Amino acid sequence: MTATTPAPQTGVLQRASRFLAGQLRQIGLFIALIVIVVFFEVATQGITLKPINVSNLVVQNSYILILAIGMVMVIIAGHIDLSVGSVVAFTGAMAGVMITKWGIPWPVAAVLCLVLGALIGCWQGFWIAYFKIPAFIVTLAGMLTFRGLTQITLQNQQISPFPDGFRAIGSGFLPDLGGGVSFVEPLTIVLGVLSAVALIAAGIRGRLVRRRYNVEDEPMPWFVAKTAFTTVLILLVAFLLASYRGTPIVLIILAVLVVAYSAVMARSVFGRHIYAIGGNLNAAALSGVKTQRVTFLLFVNMGVLSALAGLVFTAQLNLANPKAGDGFELDAIAAVFIGGAAVTGGIGRVTGAIIGGLIIGILNNGMSILGVGTEFQSLIKGLVLLAAVAFDVYNKRRSGK
Amino acid sequence: MLADNILEMRSITKSFPGVLALRDVSIDVERGSIHAICGENGAGKSTLMKVLSGVYPHGSYDGEIVFDGESVAFKNINDSEDAGVVIIHQELALSPYLSIAENIFLGNERSRFGFIDWNRTNREAAELLQRVGLNDNPITRISELGVGKQQLVEIAKALSKKVKLLILDEPTAALNDSDSEHLLDLLRQLQKQGITSIIISHKLNEIKAIADAVTIIRDGRNIETLEMDELLGEDRIIRGMVGRDLESRFPDHEPHIGAELLRIEDWTVHHPIDHDRVVVREANLTVREGEIVGIAGLMGAGRTELAMSVFGHSYGVGISGRVLKRGVEVKTNTVSAAIKAGIAYATEDRKRYGLNLIDDIRHNISASALTSLARMGWVNESREVVVAESYRKSMNIKAPTVEAVTGKLSGGNQQKVVLSKWMYANPDVLILDEPTRGIDVGAKYEIYGIINRLADEGKGVIVISSELPELMGICDRIYTLSEGRITAELSREDATAERLMQHMTQEREKDHL
Repeated sequence: MTATTPAPQTGVLQRASRFLAGQLRQIGLFIALIVIVVFFEVATQGITLKPINVSNLVVQNSYILILAIGMVMVIIAGHIDLSVGSVVAFTGAMAGVMITKWGIPWPVAAVLCLVLGALIGCWQGFWIAYFKIPAFIVTLAGMLTFRGLTQITLQNQQISPFPDGFRAIGSGFLPDLGGGVSFVEPLTIVLGVLSAVALIAAGIRGRLVRRRYNVEDEPMPWFVAKTAFTTVLILLVAFLLASYRGTPIVLIILAVLVVAYSAVMARSVFGRHIYAIGGNLNAAALSGVKTQRVTFLLFVNMGVLSALAGLVFTAQLNLANPKAGDGFELDAIAAVFIGGAAVTGGIGRVTGAIIGGLIIGILNNGMSILGVGTEFQSLIKGLVLLAAVAFDVYNKRRSGK
Repeated sequence: MLADNILEMRSITKSFPGVLALRDVSIDVERGSIHAICGENGAGKSTLMKVLSGVYPHGSYDGEIVFDGESVAFKNINDSEDAGVVIIHQELALSPYLSIAENIFLGNERSRFGFIDWNRTNREAAELLQRVGLNDNPITRISELGVGKQQLVEIAKALSKKVKLLILDEPTAALNDSDSEHLLDLLRQLQKQGITSIIISHKLNEIKAIADAVTIIRDGRNIETLEMDELLGEDRIIRGMVGRDLESRFPDHEPHIGAELLRIEDWTVHHPIDHDRVVVREANLTVREGEIVGIAGLMGAGRTELAMSVFGHSYGVGISGRVLKRGVEVKTNTVSAAIKAGIAYATEDRKRYGLNLIDDIRHNISASALTSLARMGWVNESREVVVAESYRKSMNIKAPTVEAVTGKLSGGNQQKVVLSKWMYANPDVLILDEPTRGIDVGAKYEIYGIINRLADEGKGVIVISSELPELMGICDRIYTLSEGRITAELSREDATAERLMQHMTQEREKDHL
């Protein structure tokens, strides 16, 4: 009775293949991203990976990626948020009114917009968490409500222009330390190298810890290949950005969010509770998880991130527009599901949502360069989403056998 | 000798992977009689009825069924219903937002050219309702009816199918006294109209009142069929139900019982939907340090409801009463308050309420005490792995690493994960609801060992179980629960199966006399 059973000893190859089978979803996602990039690089005769285009890709997708971070958390918990596009528009409109009509300094206005986002999240979170109305309904109502409030706020007029400082949030770059004379911008290269080093260090440290506790099942060659690949990727992007105008400010915002929220989801009590709620709500409640409070905070968080996306979007376009953010919710939701989140909740990752968002962004960008009409863009994005989820379902069924 | 039997089931044997559910069971039911089947939970009653009604199709069992003079081979429920065998399950199968009439003819619609003939539907429904003594309008929605009336609608539905043999599985388990009385009257009336009934019931006074014969099933075998007469006492039936050898293996345990740990006083709980129904009535119980206390009760007695209402008011409304820890009243009105008060509850349904099946062992074990692994809201994952790993070893959870997904573990190993979760929360009192349900014999033995270990650490353990031998084998003291009331408290020495069963089937009326 007391003898412990040793872990079954299997061959190295067998173990490696079993590990890779478990990672199939993430590998598939990465391969899909690469295939799409290579395809467009060839099809656009090299325009896709031109420094200016890579810079644009980052800048023009940043607000969808910010939304996707909040959305993946909501979807992991088993909910949905249809209102984010309208919240983007409303906070953008309020930023416009505060800065240009009321003369509030833009940093103060930006903070007030984030607070407004939190209040919107409180409002929706209350109905969902404590009043028990399905999130689909509450946020559908929110989608209409906040679109209406946007139009009322702007009196159906556009607001423009914004002060330079504010615009930098969306379209600014970190200062060029090369003084504009060097071949590549040095700060960006330094940041790229630093993040690559940080990534390698974190990977090795995690691996050592996991080995110490005997839970490491990732084969060494795979770890090396994966790390080398991401390092090269980071350095390549850094080089391309440095060849243009350097590091976009939104990329810094985005990087901070990705690192912070990945940690929250993987290691914080709050993040764990989100997975627990999405995996089995009843079991979570009976384990003492305060399910209502977690759900409430989740929507507050989504509101803040929507407001941030609204600021970035408004700053980038230098325009507060009653129609802003239309359809953003669908792009964000699609990014999350392409990124491997489960429709039933409990499964999903921030990095997955980011890659999903990049896939959509590159599809948009590549097809625009190729002059594909919006009707075909929509058609192709729809099929990609369906294919991604179908692959998931098929994969799950196969592994279930 | 030449009885006119409407049904003869001969040598029915049915096995599931690893389990022999029915062994050579034979049963004869006389035409026009009311035949009761009784036995403990899990004895095989429902399996037998599923064989009869074609839920388990012909070919998936051995033996022969002769119905109405012919050997039959039902492939599904439709076959058996066409022949006139209708089963009414314990969980009623009505569609709540359709009308009475629509439900009665569901799948059997009164139609012309593909369109529902509403006049005929409602007229015939009204006639059927009259036959079962229900005065409601046939266009009333099912959700507006109480459970008792819904039961009658089920019977009306059965009548619409020209039923010859009506099978009722625990028909009065969810009914109050007057509804039960009405239902039994109805069965007698149907009997006069020539309809034979088989009734599965735990309630011995009901069986005495209504049945012509009773077949007792135990451990998948039919023990005996008794003709009912005035002389047949309930004791006689009870003896048949429990009379198995009690040599099942339990680890030896010397209890070291200390001071009182938990006291539940005047605990009353009402049903969450039917607010007038009392599910637990003025229950009082205590647990002492190092003591293993059993709660015995038949299905529907209120065992789980009692436990879950104490654990963070997770079940029921209108809850009143007091919970005292070491003599001091504690709050248990939310799950986290109950956990903080040192109470843990491991559910009877681990898949639905116990585990996050898509997550791994480690995260499941840490789920209820995650904050103790965290500083400033950040989980110390290294320590989490160490903790999970130590439970994997000490509880002998059979999985290669603690990162194995719990959904892929066997029932016994899943149960060990649930127990680990609650042990790590380090409560003073653990309520274990059916801790060995759906677990093989070897794993059961291990679970009993774990329960003993918990008691030796000075914790109070409450074990809820349907298996009397299990309770008698591991508990120091056993409470019996019947219809939401605690009917007796028996020490280990006094707790015989017969006595327990007597108190478990004890009716309210007797108590008030």
